[in-house]
Amino acid sequence: MKVGLFVPCYVDQFYPGAAIASLQLLQKLGVDVHYPLNQTCCGQPMANSGFEHLTLGCNALFLKNFQAFDYIVSPSGSCVLHLKEHLEVPAAEQASLQMRHKIYELTEFLTDILKLEHLDASFPFRVGLHLGCHGQRGLGLAQMSEKVAPFFSKPLKLLNMIRDIQLVELDRPDECCGFGGTFCVAEEAVSVKMGKDRVADHQRQGADYITSTDMSCLMHLEGILKRNKSHIRVLHIAEILNHKDK
Amino acid sequence: MNHSELARDFNKDEQRVDWHDETLFWIRNKRDKAAQAIPEWEQLRESASAIKDNVLSGLHNYLLEFESNALRNGIKIHWAQDAAEHNLIVHSILKASGIRQMIKSKSMLTEECGLNAYLEKRDIEVIDTDLGERIVQLAKEPPSHIVLPCIHKKKEEIGTLFHEHLGTRKGESDPLVLTAAARENLRAAFLSRRAALTGVNFAVAETGEFVVCTNEGNADMGAHLAQVHIASMGLEKIIPKRAHLGIFLRLLTRSATGQPITTYSSHFQKPREGQQMHLIIVDNGRSAQLGKPDFRNSLKCIRCGACMNTCPVYRRSGGHSYQHAIAGPIGAILAPNLDMEQHADLPFASTLCGSCTHVCPVKINIHEQLYKWRQEIVKKTGVPAAKEMSMKLMKNALSDPALYRLAGKTGRFLLKYAPFTINNHFNPWYQQREMPQAPETSFRSWYLKHQK
Repeated sequence: MKVGLFVPCYVDQFYPGAAIASLQLLQKLGVDVHYPLNQTCCGQPMANSGFEHLTLGCNALFLKNFQAFDYIVSPSGSCVLHLKEHLEVPAAEQASLQMRHKIYELTEFLTDILKLEHLDASFPFRVGLHLGCHGQRGLGLAQMSEKVAPFFSKPLKLLNMIRDIQLVELDRPDECCGFGGTFCVAEEAVSVKMGKDRVADHQRQGADYITSTDMSCLMHLEGILKRNKSHIRVLHIAEILNHKDK
Repeated sequence: MNHSELARDFNKDEQRVDWHDETLFWIRNKRDKAAQAIPEWEQLRESASAIKDNVLSGLHNYLLEFESNALRNGIKIHWAQDAAEHNLIVHSILKASGIRQMIKSKSMLTEECGLNAYLEKRDIEVIDTDLGERIVQLAKEPPSHIVLPCIHKKKEEIGTLFHEHLGTRKGESDPLVLTAAARENLRAAFLSRRAALTGVNFAVAETGEFVVCTNEGNADMGAHLAQVHIASMGLEKIIPKRAHLGIFLRLLTRSATGQPITTYSSHFQKPREGQQMHLIIVDNGRSAQLGKPDFRNSLKCIRCGACMNTCPVYRRSGGHSYQHAIAGPIGAILAPNLDMEQHADLPFASTLCGSCTHVCPVKINIHEQLYKWRQEIVKKTGVPAAKEMSMKLMKNALSDPALYRLAGKTGRFLLKYAPFTINNHFNPWYQQREMPQAPETSFRSWYLKHQK
């Protein structure tokens, strides 16, 4: 099983720690994981702004970079959802549509493909899980509160394997954080208010950390936390799953 | 002003935003509890969706079936192509009976058509009898929510309004007292008006009857006392059989407010002796929407408002920021069909979180349609040159790995050594948020150093 690691552009540039943790975690679990060096972006920033027609170059590049792999794994529910719904290369239609089925968000790859039951990691802190909407509702990483259906949560299942972690329960388990791509600047006032409310929920529960399957949500929340000089920190879920006591 | 600017204004009073958000989220929670009590909830949604799909596929035949049955029942049927025609028909019905005063129970369609303003210009007085509608009418404001028209108003503000218009005690804000005052005031109108207009929630093709759902009984009182009953309906309100009501009535109010059913679900089948019953079937862009494969299933909407209550953006921007009779996520996919340029801001007033799609009792893929409207709007109405330029630059950088790496490096360099170029008031991110800290290297550089 050959796995290609897709590192979203902003994670590559601003949060290499999340990508390093993802890579090391997969390696630790014995996965034959590779990082194609010429990757850039999934194309979502353009597409969600109404410029899907400008994503052809990104799509072609993605197909080229990841054609050789059995699975493509990425530490971002949002980028993965975009690729699964929109990856299409007109010159190689069949191949690009088939590739959609091979793309996995990291936590779903760990639970559904690797069928992970144990993890050797510890994280002795109070942690709140912010479920990115695209991962949760789009990919189905966890049951959503809107539906009348049995509860499950792939990210929580993994976090529960961590020693000494204290998971806090949020008042609104799956409220959007307000990042929303270009929404965060186009609708600055509402975006920030949503982020502040999301932060306040974690604060009420006494969280030390906010974690998520999406670094983009965390980037937005971190911006608000830092501006307000909060002691709460953000960490991508891969960094917790890969965390060992020093 | 566009949605973003109006939402910024709304957010100037943060406590008010909190109150608005919490009130609506409380209703969303009530909806959850009501839905969770029905084990077959998802099956009900699926059935409702399938019935509505069937209706949209055979709309032409269902409308004709409905019309012939309704005519047989003695209902006078009118067809209106657009808002102007609808208003003209209402006016001509009133004129024919020499009526200058009309009472109205809640009808979002008449809001969509701008009926009140149209009739007022022709010296016909309209009194809205739904309490929430009455409040916004007295305040000279449009409703901010399709089910809870005055949800943006606090009870103290309503007290002031009633003191001014209905003579309640100054400072009185007890909802019971205010409701009683409205009731007394409206009672006189009910007894004296000869015409009543109602909306329509469902029109049953097989029987030619229509069903109006209210909590206050005002539609019934109006229609039962008036000599002329006019009902206005969008042409998508058809359901094939009376038996289907069992599905829709169970879904409608649970989704809207968490109640098991509306207090009154009134069936109107034929006029009483001496009464005129008119039904106006309105298109106003609906058949155009039906012709758009990506957007047609928005016509399944039964106007429960669940998507508004759950929408994290609506809750924090208020209904008026949408500048359309129907606000929130559903409004944002319906409005561009009527005028894409005028409502070009609405599909962007969303994070595409998808909550709307999953509370929707008839399973409209609202967030996917928002995404699709964005593509349409960019292609057909054009966007500001600066936005287009930035998107093209982004495209170039993200299609070319070398250029991407250069851009990334430059960005991180600037953040680190010249943060003032980014952290300034031209950058909307920076107004209330810190920029991420620039790391020493990108992941790629780390990988080349440590893993290759």
